Amino acid sequence: MKRFILKRVASMVVTLWLLSTIVFMVVNVLPGNVARKVLGGQALEEDVIRLNARLGTDKPLLEQYWTSIRRIFTLSFGDSYKSQVPVSDIIFPALGRSAKLALLAFIITIPLSIAAGIYAARRQDKPIDRAIVTVGLSTSAIPEFVTATVLLVVFAVKLNLGKVYANPPDGVGLFGQLEYLLLPALAMSIAYFGYIARMTRAGVIGALHADFTRTAVMKGLSQGQVMRRHVLRNAMAPTIVVISTSVGYLIGGIVGVEKVFNYAGLGQTMLDAVNKSDIPVLQGAVLLVGIIYMVSTLLADLFIAYLNPRVRLEKSR
Amino acid sequence: MSKNAPTTLGSNPTKLQPALSVEDLEVVYTVRGVDRAVLRGVSFSVAPGEAYGLVGESGCGKSTTAYAALRYLPSNGKIVGGHVRVGGRDLTEMTDDELQQFRAHEASMVYQDPSQALNPTLRVGKQIIESFTLLGHDNATAATMAVEALKKVRIADPTRVMDRYPFQLSGGMQQRVVIAMALACNPTLLVLDEPTTGLDATVEAEVLDLVRVLRQESDAAVLLIAHNLGIIRGLCDRVGVMYAGRIVEEGPSAQVFDDPRHPYTVGLLRSLPRHGVRKTERALATIPGILPLIGSDLPTCVYVDRCPIATDLCRTTMPPVVPVGNKGDRFTLCHHPDQIAAIEEPAVSVNISVLAPSDENPGVLELSHVSKTFKQRNLSIPALVDVELDLAVGETLGIVGESGSGKSTLAKAILGIEAADSGGSVSLDGRVVMASTVGRTADDKRSMQMIFQNPDSALNRSWSVRHILTRSVEKLTNIKGDAANQRVEQLAEHLRLTPRHLDLKPRQLSGGLKQRVAIARAFAGDPRIVVCDEPTSALDVSVQAAILNLLADLQTEQKTSYVFITHDMGVVRYLADRIAVMYLGRIQEIGPTDDVFNGPNHPYTEALLSAIPSVDGEIVTRIRLEGEIPSPANPPSGCVFHPRCPRVIPGVCEVTEPPLREVSPGHAMRCHIPVAELIELQRKPSK
Repeated sequence: MKRFILKRVASMVVTLWLLSTIVFMVVNVLPGNVARKVLGGQALEEDVIRLNARLGTDKPLLEQYWTSIRRIFTLSFGDSYKSQVPVSDIIFPALGRSAKLALLAFIITIPLSIAAGIYAARRQDKPIDRAIVTVGLSTSAIPEFVTATVLLVVFAVKLNLGKVYANPPDGVGLFGQLEYLLLPALAMSIAYFGYIARMTRAGVIGALHADFTRTAVMKGLSQGQVMRRHVLRNAMAPTIVVISTSVGYLIGGIVGVEKVFNYAGLGQTMLDAVNKSDIPVLQGAVLLVGIIYMVSTLLADLFIAYLNPRVRLEKSR
Repeated sequence: MSKNAPTTLGSNPTKLQPALSVEDLEVVYTVRGVDRAVLRGVSFSVAPGEAYGLVGESGCGKSTTAYAALRYLPSNGKIVGGHVRVGGRDLTEMTDDELQQFRAHEASMVYQDPSQALNPTLRVGKQIIESFTLLGHDNATAATMAVEALKKVRIADPTRVMDRYPFQLSGGMQQRVVIAMALACNPTLLVLDEPTTGLDATVEAEVLDLVRVLRQESDAAVLLIAHNLGIIRGLCDRVGVMYAGRIVEEGPSAQVFDDPRHPYTVGLLRSLPRHGVRKTERALATIPGILPLIGSDLPTCVYVDRCPIATDLCRTTMPPVVPVGNKGDRFTLCHHPDQIAAIEEPAVSVNISVLAPSDENPGVLELSHVSKTFKQRNLSIPALVDVELDLAVGETLGIVGESGSGKSTLAKAILGIEAADSGGSVSLDGRVVMASTVGRTADDKRSMQMIFQNPDSALNRSWSVRHILTRSVEKLTNIKGDAANQRVEQLAEHLRLTPRHLDLKPRQLSGGLKQRVAIARAFAGDPRIVVCDEPTSALDVSVQAAILNLLADLQTEQKTSYVFITHDMGVVRYLADRIAVMYLGRIQEIGPTDDVFNGPNHPYTEALLSAIPSVDGEIVTRIRLEGEIPSPANPPSGCVFHPRCPRVIPGVCEVTEPPLREVSPGHAMRCHIPVAELIELQRKPSK
């Protein structure tokens, strides 16, 4: 097991390096002079040259690349080109906000979608099962920003329930913040409900049809005992995978939802950084999302290994 | 352990009241909204302590009967008529709660595939303990009882096994665990559904021995479902022969198998290779036609379309239950039980003379010092060790051995699918060919073909039969266009496939027809050698007979040589001219079929032979193997068989590996025991 985790951490380092290389390349392929973009079209040429010198953006590409790679491993991303404050002062608060929103979305989605998936599986091909599958499919087919806009218009504007923007003013307590975050979280939940419910349903149906479930029924266990002791443990792997991938997406910020509710989360921050060629911020934010994504996948794999001894014992070999 | 005895009227329950009685049971499956009959009035009863067997080919309804006896049917199945009574209580009238209590306390089941029947994520101990806590015992008591239960099924180290997960146990151990759970409630009714199908013959023999012993310790009524008639004969007091959802003949197993009175039973028994019959003596009997589809309208005799002695009476009137003998313990569902003797035996059809390889007649295939070592991380795993073989034109070499013995690796090394290690050679017609298929010439590939166990996965399911065969013809022979079409049609005719079959997809064909297509594919380029890997083990016996006949016919006509891998000693005896017995990648014994069956034998061969459940009730010397086949990565010292050998010579066998030593012309084995002594040890007990 230890070996397995070490291996995964090593491959995470490689992935992070690849990720930062790609970000670096993309940014440098974008046309335009960095300092010119930061200072704007009216700025004097000498100011532009001076700023470029200060930012190091006049150095040869290879040297800039080396600097950017060094930053990952020291976790100091330098200062924002635009606002001159340390990158960490920008991305960590943004991460905090995104995490808050994502957490609320998960609290709403996970219990509801897993319950719906199990319920549908136990009534396979009955009308209620078909209804859950159809609703799940349709909601995951609608883009989040559409759902977000509809929620915003219907609830916040017409019905005056909830707020049109998600950023709570300073000094609002935890429950006060909920009122601001509820609608965007709901938009995210609606998008992910279908994925998780359908995966859970498929997993449970598979386990219900397995021979070991027949053994459990023939032993004389009650339906509840069969589900709890034998079916669920074997059915949950696909659900866990889907949840772990959605962690990355949700915390990385569903840009559309953040934009609609004007929420200064990680997604919004990245979008701004791209528009302004703020390379250090963009790099920091992308790497942060990458790390979160990889950690959540690793945790999912460990959880699956915990549930399934076969995976656990083979990986520890 | 106290037993929840069913309430009976008298104070002394006698054998007169059956533990299980199935009365006129009718079951339908709903397919696309239509109810289709599967069981058409099945009646039988099993007394406490009695074992009753159900036999028949796939689709006859025997498994449905078994599951209906515990009222466990798929969601589209339902009981539409009749009753199932266990201990006097009618299952068809039970509520769900009553049914659950019934399953917990009175009935148990042992399943076909033990590796799937156990929950892969829970420790074995937990799963057995659960069976006991269900009966109301607390955890500590249940744990003690679980250990006892494992001892009862002859597991030597129960506490260690309790701590394991199912996938860490061998198939035989898994099935013991399932049996231990089944016996937990000391059931009134124990249903065994193909309990040894898929296990190795030696393991099968152990499990069957165990069931036999446990039966004497328990008063349970046993219902055994098996397609292997030998298992039924060895274990069951009475047998019911099922066909198309009905029991067509019933009686004491020995009587039914020795003196069948229904044409279907006769057909089943004659399609088995038994009594040591060889392909040179006669063809196997087959049953023409196919089983009626479920839900078909069968107003008269269910077997009438395939019966060789059917008359107009059979086509118009339902046959009555005709008693056989005057003891009242046998019946047949036939209008003409007195005509059974008129069913003709198949004639001699195969005529092959095999020339043993000699100076003027080089063999078609020769393997010299062939080894295959797999590399895994830092381990080297010898899967084949120094194999020497030859094969004459038109000869069939049977390869037998447990799973893991290297049979399939040998087949792959011959075909070049797995390149043999350097240092050995594979020769075709006296010419050394490349170790790997990639390096072989088109003609080499054409000359060596393979038939697989499972035609479903060997044939491309999205192609028509014609497309599959045309491609093989074009790839193997360079014949193209119209000529290829013609050749495909000839090939199909030869394999007794009709032109109609050519335009069907594999899934539209029955198992036997699919295997015919697979054989046609292999024969597309007139091969010299065909490697057959268990080609009939997935087929019913009457279909198996047809395929074996076909292979023998093709061999007669085309002088093809076969390497025939199988675990079925009856099949190999019928078809093979010579037999090689493999263990841990080594040939332990090789010789002409008669010599291998008559002995003297390597102790491993002896164990394989005594593991055969015989449908004829022949007495065989029974030696049993202990333990499991060792890992080839870490083979035992000396003779690799010594840790399991019942005739091991201490101080000799674990020190040096015996050479392959000839005991009579062409018959050789690797054993330290002198031949004379083996003959003495293996002398058949006089009857």
